[in-house]
Amino acid sequence: MTTETGQPGSNPTEAAPTEAPPTEGSSNIPTASNWAAPVAHLEVGAVPTTALNLNVAGRRLAGPVQGFGRLWQKTYRVRLTGADVTPAAVIRTWKERFGDFWPKGNHFYGPLTSLQPGEVALLSLALPGKMTLSTGVLVIFADDESFAFMTPEGHQFASFITFSSYADDGVAVVQIQALLRASDPLYELSMPIVAQRTEDRFWNDTLRTLAAHFGVSDAAVEMQRVCVDRRRQWRYAGNIRQNAAIRTTLYKLTHPRAWFAHRGDA
Amino acid sequence: MTSGTTTIEVRRLSPSTSAIAITGDITSATEAPLMDAYGRASDDATRSIVLDFSGLDYMNSGGIGLLVTLLVRVQRQGQRLLAFGLSEHYRQIFELTRLDDAIGIHGSEAAALAAAGV
Repeated sequence: MTTETGQPGSNPTEAAPTEAPPTEGSSNIPTASNWAAPVAHLEVGAVPTTALNLNVAGRRLAGPVQGFGRLWQKTYRVRLTGADVTPAAVIRTWKERFGDFWPKGNHFYGPLTSLQPGEVALLSLALPGKMTLSTGVLVIFADDESFAFMTPEGHQFASFITFSSYADDGVAVVQIQALLRASDPLYELSMPIVAQRTEDRFWNDTLRTLAAHFGVSDAAVEMQRVCVDRRRQWRYAGNIRQNAAIRTTLYKLTHPRAWFAHRGDA
Repeated sequence: MTSGTTTIEVRRLSPSTSAIAITGDITSATEAPLMDAYGRASDDATRSIVLDFSGLDYMNSGGIGLLVTLLVRVQRQGQRLLAFGLSEHYRQIFELTRLDDAIGIHGSEAAALAAAGV
């Protein structure tokens, strides 16, 4: 098992606890409605006119068990020091405005109100080299202090990703924890070159923007990356058939007008 | 072993099969006691690990991630991971997250043991 800890772009720092302790007296008691119902294949509801419904409808979910590459656990954490906000308020705001905190050029087409278990969101992600990835996520779990996504086949990562907040010494701490494998050999090839850094920068910027929303400027984001399994799952090499980056690029080339109409506001 | 609201017990069911019974909650905070239990449940002769979820009260997305981590450790040892005692609700969560692709889900301890070849 390999562990790397630090702030993106800085020297490693001491690892902080990886789990968000439960808050006493919270309503963080799961019920059936906290989890999405099982889905054989994803269905996409009404889509905003600027969103591209590509690589999501009809796809199955794919978690770390179904991915190809090495298994990573990645944790990003920021302390909202000085902010007068509770973990529940952080999560409420985050669920209502999830995409607003993303880095420029990336788009999250979720529900207009708040993220709920069972909802599918479409994503348009900016990749290096001016490439774009059209994919999605399913909200698999949500309660007052956390929510979690699972990715569909073709997404860059076969993953679970949990967004949570908890109180530590009177300060709200915000955490993103992903358990992921690159979905296929092509994505795995890009992991050490660009994908890890792109992912780290994406969530670092997201947490800094979220912290700034609560009045914490120049917040330091801790990052911890652990290789849980170094083995690659060759039986899933065929996932490359669903590769959303390839399919998005092909769509862009073969449907330039439609692509232009659905390119978001990038 | 007891940790917070979780109790984890290890039972040897046969020379090649051990059970880990989890009572209470499975969250990311359960990692240390669960991995400790796996360490006690597994030896060179162990071919199957059976998770007993009969006493499971609560599992969140962190708990699902923890089970993936346990699965990796079990597979690395060339062992199988099986489970029984899941309520219908948690069976559906295994189905949703597709953990049931890799963890054999059974209705009873006897069925899990039969699947383990005991």
